[in-house]
Amino acid sequence: MFVFLSPSLSLFSSFFLCLINIKMRILVGVKRVVDYAVKIRVKPDKTGVITEGVQHSMNPFDEIALEEAVKLKEKKLATEVVAFSFGGPKSAEVLRTALAKGADKAIHVTVSDAEAAKAEPLHVAQALQKIVEQEKFDAVFVGKQAIDDDASQTAPLLAGLLDWPQALYASKVEDGGAGSLKVTREIDGGLDTIKVKLPAVLSADLRLNEPRYATLPNIMKAKKKPLKAIAAKELGIDLTPQTSVLEVAEPAQRKAGGFVADVSELIAKLKEKGLVKA
Amino acid sequence: MALNSITRSQFPPTLSTSIQAGIKHMIYDETHLAMQTSLKKIITEKINPNVNQWEKSGKYPAHYIFNQLGKLGVFAANKPADFGGMGYDFAMSIAIAEQIGSIDCGSIPMSVMVQTDMSTPALSQFGSDFLRDQFLRPSISGDLVSSIAVSEPHAGSDVSAIRTTARRSGGDLIINGSKMWITNGEQADWACVLVNTSKNDNLHKNKSLVCIPLNSRGVHRSNRLDKMGMRSSDTVQLFFDDVRVPESYIIGEEGKGFIYQMKQFNDERLVTVAVGLLPLQKCLNDTLKYAKTRQIFGKTLLDQQAVQFRLAELEAELEATRSLLYRTVLSRCQGQDVTMLTAMSKLKIGRLARKITDECLQIWGGAGYLNDNSISRAFRDFRIFSIGAGCDEVMMQIIHKNQNKRTF
Repeated sequence: MFVFLSPSLSLFSSFFLCLINIKMRILVGVKRVVDYAVKIRVKPDKTGVITEGVQHSMNPFDEIALEEAVKLKEKKLATEVVAFSFGGPKSAEVLRTALAKGADKAIHVTVSDAEAAKAEPLHVAQALQKIVEQEKFDAVFVGKQAIDDDASQTAPLLAGLLDWPQALYASKVEDGGAGSLKVTREIDGGLDTIKVKLPAVLSADLRLNEPRYATLPNIMKAKKKPLKAIAAKELGIDLTPQTSVLEVAEPAQRKAGGFVADVSELIAKLKEKGLVKA
Repeated sequence: MALNSITRSQFPPTLSTSIQAGIKHMIYDETHLAMQTSLKKIITEKINPNVNQWEKSGKYPAHYIFNQLGKLGVFAANKPADFGGMGYDFAMSIAIAEQIGSIDCGSIPMSVMVQTDMSTPALSQFGSDFLRDQFLRPSISGDLVSSIAVSEPHAGSDVSAIRTTARRSGGDLIINGSKMWITNGEQADWACVLVNTSKNDNLHKNKSLVCIPLNSRGVHRSNRLDKMGMRSSDTVQLFFDDVRVPESYIIGEEGKGFIYQMKQFNDERLVTVAVGLLPLQKCLNDTLKYAKTRQIFGKTLLDQQAVQFRLAELEAELEATRSLLYRTVLSRCQGQDVTMLTAMSKLKIGRLARKITDECLQIWGGAGYLNDNSISRAFRDFRIFSIGAGCDEVMMQIIHKNQNKRTF
């Protein structure tokens, strides 16, 4: 009887596991950026923007990526959420926020502030790659872009480095069955639904979810969660920039427009400027 | 529009706060600051976009807002962990109050502060477990809205002169009387009420604080009182007509109500100071910005030295008041008696609220006299700082009483 039952139990459990089928460890990239409400000012020497004495916070799109990972954990589709940040000493602040919002652990890949100012998406992607290879993650979630340089490069570069499939600009993430995710992406003119096999890289778009607020009980719990720091150099990352900044300038001021009395005057003006055919 | 061109403009602007990255704060640790950051976010995203509409309609949804803030831990700060609190220090109450000041009106901060530090401190510290389970726990979670009911039509700052009575009948108290200027009065579920529980001649020893559910038989609420400012806050007069509550609803010891209330007043006064700092700073910031652009006689307003000096002095006074508050909180957290320092801080914020709003409004001129200008709302709302939570004159009485104890 026992001999008979035992294989069927194991069959049953593997069938059950197949139904649940995702048990991800998710690494979430969060970047410390100048707060979205701050009016950006260019340094007088035009080498960059002023960041000293300026309010910083977690990149809002990374917050959305983090929220999605935490939600997947709450739905028991993920087992662990680890926050990652690449940056100067103060990046630890956004990692604490990530821990207060539901991440289980945090990894800080440290560089000096001067190095951080010159870091590029490739360096961040390389650091993410090293961590993924060291700690065996099943998925990496990041924001679709950071609101400071708006580069939108980290996710695709990382997918390339790891040779993983990518699901960029996600607006909905579901269990796709058989170790995959079904991801809806917002594209010009509609929605694109794709299935990606895990492990995969995902980037979060604005409408994916509404991030939660860090509550006082969770802020206090976050203080006790582990935050590990590793120097980028220890990971063997070459921080040599691929690009050089020639000059940073304020965008040109938009010139004031004029008013027209009626439609015929408008058409006359447009014709005059050659914007519609005479 | 290409979705990929989404940028920072999609996220609403916020008001800058006292938080400055990397600088060690006098009284706030990183937990206080993290709580402020989170609170600032919810205020910017969920509260401030609706404030104008609530101010116009004369009411705001207290239960909805309290629920949201309750989830965040706003009412839990220094309350005991056994009843849903976080058991943090009093500086957390101050940190929260200070950030609550970034709400774009006086009404909602006042309403929230009633529950954090006016109606609940005595209950939290002296209430029985039964009473705390009944009233404190659901107030900390934000499920219940409360009021503090001490003042009466003829007894405001002179608390000992209240006339509301509670007589005994079996194991119950039968309450009769009325309470005036009751913030949250229309929406509140319960009130912490000061009543005379005996006919003792000693007016400081015959009173008790009682938790009264406001849906009790015999509780009547007046129509909303029509106020000069604080428009979205519901203020009423409460009437108690043979209201019956169990004796066990008395907070702590019977007869100690006056003492408890005086203690409770200290918390109330300190959060009142804290909640005033950001809005007054905003008055100065907004006025400075306006004066920079407003042209007069071929120059900007800010080119006038009189305007520069006025703004400079007000800035210095506000900083002095902020520093006095922090020093008071620091002493309190170290266990010292801060009654006199508290009275000083409260006196200064009351005086300064009048001065800053009046002088800034003068710089705005006609533009500031319009109701949709935030400076005119501040002028109406913050006049109360010299009246509520013990008026300026009572603060000076307290200061003088302590001053006069000195021997030379």
